[in-house]
Amino acid sequence: MSDLTKLTLKAALDGLKARDFSSEEITRAFVTNIEAANPALNAYVVQTTDKALDMARASDARLAKGEGGALEGAPLGIKDLFCTDGVQTTAGSNMLKGFVPPYESTVTANLWADGAVMLGKLNMDEFAMGSSNETSAFGPVRNPWKSKASNAELTPGGSSGGSASAVAGDLCLAATASDTGGSIRQPAAFTGTVGIKPTYGRASRFGMVAFASSLDQAGPITKTVEDAAILLRSMCSFDPKDSTSLDVETPDWTASLGKGVKGLRIGVPKEYVVDGMPAEIQALWDKGVEWLKAAGAEIVEISLPHTKYALPAYYIIAPAEASSNLARYDGMRFGHRASEAKSLTDLYETSRAEGFGTEVQRRLTIGAYVLSAGFYDAYYVRALKVRRRIAQDFDAVWNKVDAILTPSTPSAAFALGDKEIDPIQMYLNDIFTVTANLAGLPGISVPAGVDSGGLPLGLQVIGKALDEATVFQVADVLEQSAGFVAKPERWW
Amino acid sequence: MAIDAATVRKVAHLARIKTPEERLEPLARELSGILDWIEQLNEVDVDGVEPMTSNVAQPLRLREDIVTDGDKVAEVLSNAPKSADGFFVVPKVVE
Repeated sequence: MSDLTKLTLKAALDGLKARDFSSEEITRAFVTNIEAANPALNAYVVQTTDKALDMARASDARLAKGEGGALEGAPLGIKDLFCTDGVQTTAGSNMLKGFVPPYESTVTANLWADGAVMLGKLNMDEFAMGSSNETSAFGPVRNPWKSKASNAELTPGGSSGGSASAVAGDLCLAATASDTGGSIRQPAAFTGTVGIKPTYGRASRFGMVAFASSLDQAGPITKTVEDAAILLRSMCSFDPKDSTSLDVETPDWTASLGKGVKGLRIGVPKEYVVDGMPAEIQALWDKGVEWLKAAGAEIVEISLPHTKYALPAYYIIAPAEASSNLARYDGMRFGHRASEAKSLTDLYETSRAEGFGTEVQRRLTIGAYVLSAGFYDAYYVRALKVRRRIAQDFDAVWNKVDAILTPSTPSAAFALGDKEIDPIQMYLNDIFTVTANLAGLPGISVPAGVDSGGLPLGLQVIGKALDEATVFQVADVLEQSAGFVAKPERWW
Repeated sequence: MAIDAATVRKVAHLARIKTPEERLEPLARELSGILDWIEQLNEVDVDGVEPMTSNVAQPLRLREDIVTDGDKVAEVLSNAPKSADGFFVVPKVVE
């Protein structure tokens, strides 16, 4: 039999339904791959092999009766940000080492209700704060891709680096991920995979370890646009347990595929041309424009004048929300507690100093600073006003365009260790993705080409709120036009 | 705007993160660098702009004020660093 782990989610679901192979077979194939690859890639922090095989056998029993949900029997990887009942969930932090949730996140509960199989929990930047997976308490994930020009180990991006690496390395059919400033789309771009962040409020945040609640949104990382449409649909639902969950219907986004883009108006924002952007990124963007034009879309130059302020605004808003959210880690009810302390305050401070890594501490400190008396208005309130300016920029163009095309990232995957010394250089990774979080809009990254070293590059499509349908329509045409078939060579 | 070591000490305490003395200066430099970069927000005209606290254009939902969950003492305590007799056990905080 051909290698089941190389199948797309769609092909695997078809094969399972036709009973060409069993869920147990494909699950075992992935377990074998994970065991061989994980020492090198470090994508999984917990493997749930026994649970996976139990779930697979239950799926096989349902499939044998001609029953089964939309994901019946499909082995998936779960970002360690999603609480999984009875399975350790740490969000990549020592603070939560050994934390075993007695409940299930809504997103993962939706997947199991649809018949999916859990292979394990995927590595990530600590509390999703990072763009390279180097802030994880479990050590960095490695990208399955290497540049032809060097043997250096590359980052898969972050914070959903484990998810991206696992999908690109055939260690799961598809994976869940989450995106606060670009944490789905940047790793997808770095690994030649597809990643979509839906409209804020589509996917429930219940049971997702919180980073910045007004920005956090779950989404999938997959091998194809079609797979993303399938998995996103299962992940999304209205959830009374999340106060910002949208009470809207979740459409079948696969209906958008194959529609083409004839007559669609695609915006190209001039402010996304940034200083020092490699020529290869500009060339890829130009190619994307040509593909859409050739497919019958109308290209419209647009202006989103406040784009350059998105990242600095984000680096006030996200740390401020994080400093509030992560106040819960006080060492009392769950999480790490320091063994020695002289007073209550000392216990809090020591537990948090021991439990949180450097980047998390840095962001919590910034957050406390911008929220502190005397600085609240100058920093936090101003950033919220700038956020509205950024959202208004988008509102002002939606009467002229149906979707927006940009690069996903300002570069291809970089080497581990490259940007560790300068936090701002690291933050600039999210320059093209963060606007969609601030404005709550859907954004997808599609692999569209390779750089001179053979590393994947992605294009991003941003759509109107709740208009994932058009985003998928455009992404589908980009995918078809790019014909991206490159795969990483196994070095592990 | 530059942050000095004394400010870092104060803010680290606000964030309840124990920060050793020798880390204060380097942290002050890092945070000053980040805040310098953030200063560019002052270029934006935000006169009359309402702060945007949420992406969701709907009022927060209210639910009936009824018990929907509970009676889960064991689950609630299952991740406690220390517990006994249905309680969280914490160090003595009153001298």
